Amino acid sequence: MWDYDEEDFLMLSGIQHFNFCRRQWALIHIEQQWEENVRTVEGAHLHRKADQPMLREKRGDKLIVRALPVQSRRLGISGICDVVEFIRDSSGVPLAGEEGLYLPYPVEYKRGKPKRNDSDRSQLVAQLICLEEMLMCELSMGYLYYDEIKHRVEVPVSEADKTKVKQSLEEMRHYYERNHTPRAKPGPHCQSCSLNVVCLPEMLERKPVSSFIESRLYE
Amino acid sequence: MKKLLNTLFVTMPDTYLSLDGENIVIKRDDEIAGRYPLHNLEGVCTFGYAGVSPALMGKCAENNIGLTFMTRNGRFLARVVGEDKGNVVLRKEQYRISDDERRSAIFARNMILGKVYNSKWVVERALRDHALRMDIERMKQVSASLSETMKLIRGVEQLDILRGLEGSAAVQYNSVFDQLILQQKEKFFFHGRNKRPPLDNVNALLSFTYSLLAKDVTAALESVGLDAYVGFLHRDRPGRASLALDMMEELRSVYADRMVLYLINKKVVNDSGFVKKENGAVIMDDDTRKAVLKAWQERKQEKIMHPYLNEKIAWGLVPYAQALLLARHIRGDLDEYPPFFWK
Repeated sequence: MWDYDEEDFLMLSGIQHFNFCRRQWALIHIEQQWEENVRTVEGAHLHRKADQPMLREKRGDKLIVRALPVQSRRLGISGICDVVEFIRDSSGVPLAGEEGLYLPYPVEYKRGKPKRNDSDRSQLVAQLICLEEMLMCELSMGYLYYDEIKHRVEVPVSEADKTKVKQSLEEMRHYYERNHTPRAKPGPHCQSCSLNVVCLPEMLERKPVSSFIESRLYE
Repeated sequence: MKKLLNTLFVTMPDTYLSLDGENIVIKRDDEIAGRYPLHNLEGVCTFGYAGVSPALMGKCAENNIGLTFMTRNGRFLARVVGEDKGNVVLRKEQYRISDDERRSAIFARNMILGKVYNSKWVVERALRDHALRMDIERMKQVSASLSETMKLIRGVEQLDILRGLEGSAAVQYNSVFDQLILQQKEKFFFHGRNKRPPLDNVNALLSFTYSLLAKDVTAALESVGLDAYVGFLHRDRPGRASLALDMMEELRSVYADRMVLYLINKKVVNDSGFVKKENGAVIMDDDTRKAVLKAWQERKQEKIMHPYLNEKIAWGLVPYAQALLLARHIRGDLDEYPPFFWK
């Protein structure tokens, strides 16, 4: 298996968009469209605390690192982990400048409360894959922290989860290389989408423009 | 639809605009003349030579607030543009279309279709509302001829033919435009379009409202990632926002002309607000300009039903909606560009 060039990396955070809606991902990552709304502003606010790369805490067997840049050359993605907790563990790996062995556990901060769909999880799984590759270890767990419940949720990650994320990435790359924005099925999720006014989901289901024009021409 | 916020028009020339936290502060002779929170603004438009601090320019660019400089007469001077938004793929496709005269014609014809349709309905509306004051037969003729022109436009694939049809439709429409002026007729009349400079009150009003419309359409096109300077019907000319001019065609009559008629017929403006210069050029005084801007802003808040989206939106969002639909067609989501058909 060959590696991707850094130039061709996709954004790790895109996996969450992609699993929420393929079209939303393409609008943001291919078309570079972005609309601020209440949700995105709340999200940015929430990340303010996590986004402090200079903050490094050590509490006993725990080393807490914030805003850690990660990548996977094999998958061709890069991104930033909000928080990674390194826990001392005899089955872990050595870390530069630290004594003993550690295993990393990413903690991803999310707005709202735990979701029914897998989009938040998929982002965490991708982070896990990156950490595995960079540190040469095997991981099977991470956390999602939700501001509404002010609580972190333990997320066990299986091999099947990792395979699913890899498949998503293949699909993303396929669209990305063709610069293609897929059509998407409008649904209830469109209501909470920050790109609703750019996407115009209902428009995709409307009658052809040609018949709209013809009807006006001969009225 | 996107939320329509306000545009702040600064008409006093001797003011300086600066940034204070999340607010825009207007200073005059080193004293604070006004302060507005930026999150309520989608545009700032200054007339005259007001200065603006670099910090405010940066903030506006960052927050997608259009910052435009105009001369006192409403001629566009400059605009603050931030980091390039939108995507290169969309823009390259736009350039490819623009380079191809046949494809350009197919895009442009829908805009011209919208222009002719809308001017027809401006005439029809006037007939419906004020038939007693008008030469009904002549107006009906014009309306019918515009309908015929539309059917011809539908099949055009050559730009020069399209220009010819557009020209003849404009002649028809302009020939009855004077009849739509129902008040202050001795001081407000239309005997044809002149612009550099405008030589009568009506042309001065038309020029001013067209420049406001051009500014709105340019901002709308750029906000969806299109290049407002690369057009289809209007070909490249340095410094000219050709695509904005293309898209403006369908909105001129319903957006700007009707505004001018409203201002005259409702006597929002009157002859004393216009000054004739030695060379015949007509310019508006400050109060008149302010009255036009106020009416313009109010009209933008009014709701209309968008003909294609079937959604109620503010008039002020029509340029944005059309720009979005154009981008969607260029990207292939829509089979054609749906013009804004007003009735």
